[in-house]
Amino acid sequence: MNNTEKYNQVFIESFSISVNQLNDDLEYNTIASWDSIGHMGMIAAIEEIFDIMLDTDDIIDFSSYKKGLEILVKYEVEV
Amino acid sequence: MSFFDSLDKYSDNVAIIQKETEQINYKNLLEQADEIGNQTPARALVFMLCSNTIESVAAYLGFLRAKSVPVLINHIINKELLLNLLDVYKPEYIYLPKTHARLCESFSLVASYGKYSLLKTSCNIDYSIHENVAQLLMTSGTTGSPKLVKQTYRNISSNASSIAKYLNIKCDDRPITTMPMSYSYGLSILNSHFIRGAAIILTEATVMDRVFWELARTNNASTFGGVPYIYEILKKLRFGNMEINSLKYLTQAGGRLSVNLVSEFADICSEKGIAFYVMYGQTEATARMSYLPYECIKEKQGSIGVAIPDGNLMLMDSNQNLILDEHVVGQLIYEGENVSMGYAENRFDLKLGDKNNGKLYTGDLAKRDADGYYYIAGRMKRFVKVYGNRVNLDELEGLIRSAGYNCACTGSDDNLKIYITQSQDEEQIESHIMKYTGINRAGFSFVAIGNIPRNSSGKIQYSLLN
Repeated sequence: MNNTEKYNQVFIESFSISVNQLNDDLEYNTIASWDSIGHMGMIAAIEEIFDIMLDTDDIIDFSSYKKGLEILVKYEVEV
Repeated sequence: MSFFDSLDKYSDNVAIIQKETEQINYKNLLEQADEIGNQTPARALVFMLCSNTIESVAAYLGFLRAKSVPVLINHIINKELLLNLLDVYKPEYIYLPKTHARLCESFSLVASYGKYSLLKTSCNIDYSIHENVAQLLMTSGTTGSPKLVKQTYRNISSNASSIAKYLNIKCDDRPITTMPMSYSYGLSILNSHFIRGAAIILTEATVMDRVFWELARTNNASTFGGVPYIYEILKKLRFGNMEINSLKYLTQAGGRLSVNLVSEFADICSEKGIAFYVMYGQTEATARMSYLPYECIKEKQGSIGVAIPDGNLMLMDSNQNLILDEHVVGQLIYEGENVSMGYAENRFDLKLGDKNNGKLYTGDLAKRDADGYYYIAGRMKRFVKVYGNRVNLDELEGLIRSAGYNCACTGSDDNLKIYITQSQDEEQIESHIMKYTGINRAGFSFVAIGNIPRNSSGKIQYSLLN
C-alpha cells in the first residue's frame, strides 16, 4: 500500500465509510461516526500507520480529510 | 424550598457565559427561565431535548420553578427512540430545538425562545405525577429503554449542596461544560455551581475542538469534569503540556478510570497545582455518592473514596448482612437524601411513591480498606459503560435478537463485544444498532463464532466467550 492508500484506509476503517465518501468536504462532525470519539481513534490509527506522533495543535486541527493531508506534510509523510 | 427557588439572591452574579464572552446574570437568566416555565402548568409532563445552550438551561430552571416536570433527553437522540418515548409517556409538552421541529409537525406551537420552541402535544392526559417528583432522567441514553429515574426536589437540592460542600465551590468558580446536561453527571455540575451562585461557561464544543480551549482560556475556566474517555482524549492531547492557569480542580466520574490514568493525571495535576477528584455515582442517586479527597489520590489509588457529606456507604453480603470486616467484597449500598424514588417504565409509574426510601442497592461490588476507603470490585448486573453511557447487555441482545439475529453480548467498558454466528450479518446488525440505539460505533466490535455456547438449561455461558 502506498501512503495515499494507507491514509484512505484509516478513514474508511475509522469512520465505517466507503471510498467514494472520501473528498474535500469530509469534515469533523459532518458524519455521525466522526465525532470526538471517532476522531481519537482515527488519530491513533494515523500515528500508528505512519509511525509519527502528532502535536496537540495538529490533533485538534486535523479536522477534515483535506486538512489532514496538509498536516502530514509537516511530519514528512508524503501523501 | 428548593435551591432553584432562591437563586434570586444571586441577581447580580454572572450565571452563564456563552459565545466567547457574552455574560448573562442570574436576574436575566431567571427572567428567561420563568418566562418559559410559566407557559407550562404545574405538574405537566414536559419532554425537553437538552443542549448546553442558554435556551436549554433557562428552560430547565423555569420548568423546575413552575413545578412542571421535565424529562431530560439529549438533543442528539434517534428519531425512533424519541417517538417510542413519546408513545410510552405521552407528555403534554415538548421543548426542543427548532431544527428538530419536523419530528413533531402535528403539535401546536405555544412559544418560541431563541433557537427553541415549546410545543403542546395532542396527547390525552391519563396520568398524574407524584407531588415529590421534580425531574426524570434516562438511565441509559443508549439502548432505547424507556426506563426513567424519578428524582425529587429534595434529591436535587441535597446532592447539589453536598457536592458544593466537598468541592468547596465558590461563587467565583467557573466550570466549562464537557458533557450533555441531560446526563446526570453533567447536570450535577450545573446545579452544584448554581447553588453557590457561580457562572457556567456553556458550550456544545468538546475537548477535541479548538473553540473549547479558547473559551476556557478567555473566560478563566476553573474546572471541568470528564468520564474516562474524556481523560483518554486529554492524555492524547498531552494535557500536561497545555497551559490553562485558571484551572483549580478537575473531576472524574461516569465509570472506572484505569489505575494508570489516575496515576498519570494525579501527577500532571499536582504539578500544575490542580486538585484532581475521582468520584463515584449513579443517576439513581441523583448523581454523586462518593469522592476521593484529592490529597489521597496517590495513597488510595483506584479508590472511589468515601461517602459525600450527609451520605453513608456500607457493604452487604449475599445474606443481606452488613460486612464489617476490611477487604471483604460485597454489594455497595448507599444511604442519603439524594437517593431517587425509583424508576418509571411508563407514564402510570409516575404517580407511584418512593420505592427506595433513601437506600440504594447500587448493584456494584466493592470492598473497604482499614481507613474506610471504598474500592469497586465488579458489577452484579450485566452492563458495560460505553463512553460514559450505561449499556445493558441483556437489553442489547434482546434488541439484536428481535431483528432476527442470533447473538451474545459481553465485553468490558468501552470495549463491547457482539458475538454472532453469521459473519455476513454484521453490516445489517450494525445498522440496526445505529438506528435504534445511541451506542458509539467505536465502542463495539463483532466476533464471529460457530455457535453461541449455552448450558443445559439454555443459558448463554458468557465465561466461555471471554
